[in-house]
Parts: sequence; structure tokens; C-alpha cells
Amino acid sequence: MLIDSGSPGAVGTIGITLTINGERRTLQVAPWTTLLDLLRERLDLTGTKKGCDHGQCGACTVLVNGTRINSCLTLAVMKDGAEITTVEGLAGLAQREGKNSLHPIQEAFVEHDAFQCGYCTPGQLCSSVGLINEGHAKTRDEIREAMSGNICRCGAYTNIVDAIEEVMQQGDAR
Amino acid sequence: MTVQFSPAAGRDRFVGSAVSRVDGPAKVTGLAKYAGEFAAPDLAYGVVVSSAIAKGSIRSIDASAAEAVSGVIKVITHENRPATSDNPEDYQDAVAPPGAPFQALATDRIVFSGQPVALVVAEDFETARYAASLVRVDYGVVAPRTDLAAQAPESYDPPMKRSGIKPPPEPWGDAETAFDAAEIRVNGQYRMADEHHNPMEPHASTVVVEKDGTYTVYDKIQGVSNTHDYIASAFGLKPEQVRVLNPYLGGGFGSGLRPQYQLFLAMLAAKDLGRSVRVTLTRDQMWSFTYRSEALQTVSLGADRSGKLTALRHDAVQGTSSYEDYQEVVVNWSGVLYDCDNVKLTYSLAKLDTPTPGDMRAPGAVTGVYAIETAMDELAYATGQDPIQLRLKNYTESDPTEEKPFGSKALKECFREGAERFGWSRRNPQPRSMREGRELVGWGMATGIWESMMMQSSAHAVLTADGRLEVGNQTGDIGTGTYTILTQIAADTLGLPLDHVTTKLGDTQLAKAPVAGGSWTAASSGTAVMKACRSIAEQAFKLARGMDNSPLANADFERVVFSNGRIELAGDPAKSVALTDVLKATGTAKLEATGEAAPDKDFAKEYEAYTHSAIFVEVKIDEELGQVRCTRVVSAIAAGKILNLKTARSQILGGIVMGVGSALHEESMLDHRIGRFMNHNLGEYHVPVNADIHDIDVIFVDEEDKANPLGVKGLGEIGIVGVAAAISNAVFHATGKRIRHLPITPDKILADD
Repeated sequence: MLIDSGSPGAVGTIGITLTINGERRTLQVAPWTTLLDLLRERLDLTGTKKGCDHGQCGACTVLVNGTRINSCLTLAVMKDGAEITTVEGLAGLAQREGKNSLHPIQEAFVEHDAFQCGYCTPGQLCSSVGLINEGHAKTRDEIREAMSGNICRCGAYTNIVDAIEEVMQQGDAR
Repeated sequence: MTVQFSPAAGRDRFVGSAVSRVDGPAKVTGLAKYAGEFAAPDLAYGVVVSSAIAKGSIRSIDASAAEAVSGVIKVITHENRPATSDNPEDYQDAVAPPGAPFQALATDRIVFSGQPVALVVAEDFETARYAASLVRVDYGVVAPRTDLAAQAPESYDPPMKRSGIKPPPEPWGDAETAFDAAEIRVNGQYRMADEHHNPMEPHASTVVVEKDGTYTVYDKIQGVSNTHDYIASAFGLKPEQVRVLNPYLGGGFGSGLRPQYQLFLAMLAAKDLGRSVRVTLTRDQMWSFTYRSEALQTVSLGADRSGKLTALRHDAVQGTSSYEDYQEVVVNWSGVLYDCDNVKLTYSLAKLDTPTPGDMRAPGAVTGVYAIETAMDELAYATGQDPIQLRLKNYTESDPTEEKPFGSKALKECFREGAERFGWSRRNPQPRSMREGRELVGWGMATGIWESMMMQSSAHAVLTADGRLEVGNQTGDIGTGTYTILTQIAADTLGLPLDHVTTKLGDTQLAKAPVAGGSWTAASSGTAVMKACRSIAEQAFKLARGMDNSPLANADFERVVFSNGRIELAGDPAKSVALTDVLKATGTAKLEATGEAAPDKDFAKEYEAYTHSAIFVEVKIDEELGQVRCTRVVSAIAAGKILNLKTARSQILGGIVMGVGSALHEESMLDHRIGRFMNHNLGEYHVPVNADIHDIDVIFVDEEDKANPLGVKGLGEIGIVGVAAAISNAVFHATGKRIRHLPITPDKILADD
């Protein structure tokens, strides 16, 4: 059966509720719509990038309930009820912790020039926050390993590690 | 000859510092929009159907099942494609090589694998993607030619030379005889892999049909002027009917120099349907146009026992497509780098049934310098010389291919500072002599070189009464930091705080400028911005001098400086006036000027301009696993004045990372039976990831250059050049095994000699 995939309420769509960057949204989505396409094409949250659509590049990384995932490999209907944070919401995460500007990882990326073209950056940022939440990576080698799902073709890797290390140290200092 | 002066006449405040990117906040918050992300009312989505064969023809194409899908608007194929210009020249973009550019859906002929055969346009992306899978194509298949080695005997000297690409120089001396007579001879064949650019942003175009019938086009392109002129000529539109924008580009590395087929198809559909259309390519479709074609190279070096070169031959055969003669400079570098009395360099092309190759970061130099710099390492071993000493023995202060001195060449300083930082003096040259735990350790080095170029560019600047300055032109910031360096130059020229300056790029409504490529943007757009701002400075000064009781009443323009938003008398800052007061007091709403920059012909008559580098590399190799890790890189760069230490360092880091990929990982594998790149995804085409990259140290050596008023020479390419040779030389030092075929993958380390 062929059905309309995009328009809300069309035959075969499924109702879900997502909290995206702190905002609760009730949506009708086709069962095949990925979280990535929902964000980019329906909600105009284009900060989350599509680099390969195959889970091979990490550009689409978002946080789901604080855990980093590839949003291109995730159907939106699978995350009914979840809390999603995209790059557009990172500053909001920081604001909830009482800061009123950028998230520390965003500031560290700017300071350490941890990007060039900027296309992988939203994924790198969300992945960094996920990595810090996981709490496993302690050394530079461990950060490198755990950030290897996020490709940066501009080659900003050493600066990305510098930025993450700095934010981890700030966290330890607190 | 131009005289070098810094933008603020000796008062650099931001130029030369490590200012953070001005576009950083937009990029870390997700607000920076890329070509495939601009919204439009009633936007339709196009998905490309790609050819399953490399060569032959479409016997029939059945789109009925796709057209029957609810939400599909139209399926465009060669059978129903709306007419566009029938003159092949109208498809020649600004950087096209000689030949007849590919036109999507023009005929039933298939000339490369992955060639677009249909565009499915639908109300939403998923419907278009699904319907595209239903298009049935029946092909008449012809055996493709994609094996460069098999085609090399048919190679030819391209009859039409590509604009801006120097063919090999005429030979000098007698390289053959000198080689035969040489005391020490080194002769090797070198290969590398086909590589694909793979910027993280897939190519995309959003064509917006405006209410007045004009088109606003967001295209993934390294310079909007190229897209604009291409669309206007291919679709027979007046220049003013098309506006092209691309404020941010998600990585280009050369893949965005030429308009690609997704642009043509998006425009075709938008014009046909009278409706806005976006076409975004998939990652695997990123293997269906431009790539770095490998080359078959032979380098033959003859030398005396002291290592002085007596003969140098470098021959290359490179692949091109059936329909264009793409050319790059592969062999000339050998002649430019070394002093030798007998030199012969040749370059020829072989036709392949692939898309036309294209410029990929340091095109030609990555290829050619890998070969010559590996051969030089072999000569170092053959003559028992230290690799740096060998290079110094054959050092040249002038370009032997043009018989002109270099405008500047601080390569000796690169060797010295790089070697010191790396600890090269502690190297035991004996292969297999260094070990750490279960890993062999190898240290290798190489030289890098790239041409320093400038292109005709303009820039416009507007100073408003509130003391804010806007500058801009059409070129693109491809991640290199152009927004930032132009902001720095403008701020210093007029003595303004950085946050009072806004730089706009990537819009055809801005001042004319070419594509960003070849490492020419800093020199070209930078000089144009500086000149525009100098002109505003002069205008402001004249107004200031004429003000009642002006503190600058008797001053000359050459005797004032622009600082802290004021015009000051040099040496007497008490005598000054604020720029905002000048505009207010004289009732001036704004001052504006256009600056023009072009290559300095007087300089070019006397000098050759190149950037240089010395790269030092450590590898660690587990011989049982065949795994090579590049654990340490020191790159010393001589590239004239450095405008921004932070973004400049990043340019070099990025070049080195791509060089590591070229040396160890990247390989697009053709199945010659079907003429198709088989590993067309980022899982099977490995680009370096974070775990592959360890310590990288970048040094900028002092170098003064006079090719342009800023003294800059460009940084986009030089970082990658020579990296693969340094790594392959380090692999030899570690293992005693000379591997002359990139990438150096585990199978090659493990293979018996």
C-alpha cells in the first residue's frame, strides 16, 4: 500500500510525542520517517546534518535522553516519548544549568578552532556531550577512540580532542 | 613592483593574531545554513536515479510505476527532458577543462557508472526516494575501459591545454644519457589510488522560483559566480534573472569548484515545473562525479656519489574521462624543486570511462610530489646521505623550469626548524633500527611545494555613520577562514574593533570574485578588501581634514593612522578625530568603495612564487598485524605572512590529515569488469577518523614575500603536499620495505617482497 508520507494525519501515519530541545511536540509521522528527516525536513531543525544516511559518518548525532545516537538510523516512531537534544538545544541545556550563553563544549569548539567547514560540527558537539555523559573516556587516546564515529573531513581532530579535554577538566574542577 | 605594507600601515592589531572564527557561533549553534537546507514555500524534492552501467546506452526507460506513486510530480528522463542550450560551450564553467562538459539527461548514451538517468520529483523527500527505486531501465551494455594501466599505452599529449595548468617544460640537458652514465641510479614506478573528496556535506542545490519569475539558487559551490554564469548560459537566462547564494559550504576540497549535475537537474525541474526544487545527492552518488585520478609515474634519478643530481626524469600518465581532457600539474614540481643539469619531464592522459576527474586539494602536487619525494629518499639511501642533506645539496634558489628566482623561499628554515622540533638528529638512519615494544618505529621526511597564486578579484566596503563596516564579495568561505581573515584585514585597515566589521560572502549580489580554490583566496580577496578599505580611509581622511578646526587640517594621508575607530596623526595621537564624528559632522550617511586586486605583472615577470614545507613523520608499525599508525607529524611551512595563526594552523592540520588518508587509507576501488567504484560509502572508503590522528605540530617559519601587498602566499593546499611521501619514507625506515603503491594498507606491509 502506498500512502502519503509527509502530511500530518494522512492515512498510515502514527501519532508520537517528542520533547525536542525542551519543547513538547505532538507529531504525526510516517513509520519510515527517520528522526533525522523529521528534524530537518519537517521541523526545520537543519542544525542536525545528513552526511551519509547510513550511520557511517556521525554528522546526524543527536542526544536522546542524554545518550548520543545516529538519528539517521533511528525511525522517529521508535522514540515516542523521548527527550531529544539537537545542536540547536545545546545552549538550552547549559541554560538549564544556570549558564546564559553557549554550552561549554560550544565555547571550547570555537576557542580551539575544532571545526572548519562546520558541517560535521553539530554531530561532533552532540557526540562530545554524549561522551562526557558516558564518563568512560579519561585520556586523549580514549577520547580519540570514542569520537571516531564522527568523521571530520576538514581534519580538525586534534582540536576537537583539545576542546573535549578542556571541558572534561572544567567538569572535574567543579 | 608593489611595496609590502600591512593593512593599518604598521598597526596590525588583528592581522597575524589568533582570532577565533567570526562564523564560529553560527556553526556551533546549528544556525549556519548550507545549500540543501534553505526552505521555500511549496518546495518539491528531486531524487536522482543513477546508471547501473558504466558504458553503453539506455534501450528503454519505464517510469510508469514511479509516476503512479501518490505524491510524485514528475519523472524527468532523456525522453521528456525540457530543452536547454544546444551549444556545448554554454556548459563550459569557469574552471572547465578542454572538452564537452557532461550534460545530465541529454541523450540515451551512458559514459560513466552512476551517471544520472532520471530525476524523480515529488512532494516530499521520502516519496521521491521511494519512487526513484521504481524506475526501470533497460541498458545496452558496452565493455568499459577503466583500467589506467591497460589504457596507458594509448596515452596522448592533450591537444588543448587546460587554462592555468602549465604543461611540462621543454627538457634541458640530456637526461637519458646522463642517467645511463650516473654513478648512482634510482629508478622506481609509483602508484597511488583514485581518491574521492567526500566533503561531509553531500552536494545539494535548492532552486527557489520567486514570484517575479526569477530564480534564487542555493548551490554547493566554492564560488557562486561559477554557478550563476553556468545557469544563465545553459538555461538561456539573463544574468539578472538568477541570484546564487552559498554562505556556507560543508567542505569542498575542489569538489565544489565546478557546478555539478544536481544543480543542473534542480534548475531543470524548477524551470519546467515553475516550482521550487531541491536536489541532494546521496553519499554513494558522491562517487559519481569528480575524483582525484591516480597516475602511473616513473621517476629516474642519477647522481654522483656525493648525492648531487646529474639526471632527473619524471613521467606520468593520468586518467581522464571520455569527454573532457582534465589536466593537472604532476611532474613539473620535480623540475622546480631540484637543481639538476639534465631534466626531462613528461605528462600524458589516458581516456577512461569514468566521470571527469577534478581538482582535489593540491591537485597534481599530491600525486607528483609523492613520487619525487619518495625517489629522493631512495637516493638518500643509495648515496648514504641524510635525506635533508641530500635535499640541501640539490637546493635551488631559482626555478629551473622558468630560469627565474623565487620571490621568497624559506625552505631551508623549514628543514632546520622542523628537524629541530621533531628531533631528527636522533634518528638512526638504518632501517629496522628503532623499535618500541612490539612496534617498529620509522622516521621519514619529505618536502612539500605548491604554487602561490592570485586571481582577479574585487571587494566592496561600506562604512556607515554608526562606525560599522560591511565588506564582502562573491567568493566562498569553504571552511578555510575567509570570513575571519577578511574581517581582520578590514578592521585593521580602518582601525575598527572586530565586532564593528561584518563580512558577507557567497552571494552574486556582492562584488565580483572567483571561486575559492588553488590557495589564492587570502591573497586575492584579502588584497581587494584591503584596497576597498584604504579607499574609504582616504575618503574619510579628506572629510576629516576639511572639518572646522580639524586637528588633522595640515596632515598628509601618509602621516595618519587609523586606530580605535579614530584617525590619528602619526606620533601625536592627541590630534585625532573619531570616524563616527567625521561622518556626523560632514552629514555623510556612508562611505563606500570597491577595491580591485589582480596578480602583479611586474612581480611575475621577475619572480616565481611558491609555498614550501618540510614534513617530518613518525610511524609505528605492528608487523604481525600490518597496521601502520602515524603517531607524530611536524610540518614546517613557509607561506609568507600568516594572517590568522589559529585558522592557518587548522588549514595545515587538515591538509596533513587528508595526507594521512592518502598515504594509509583512502582508495576508491574500481571493478574494471563493470567500470564501477565498488566501495562507494564511508564504511568501505576509509577517511581518517579521530583515532587515526595523533600528535601534529605545525610551524610557520618567517618568510617575507612581495607578490601582493599583504605578503600572503596561501595555505589551503600546502599542508597536504609531501605528507604521503614522508609517511612512505617512514614506513621504509621502520620496515626496510619500500612500498611504491598508496595507500600503504596492512596487506602491503604483510606481503612478501
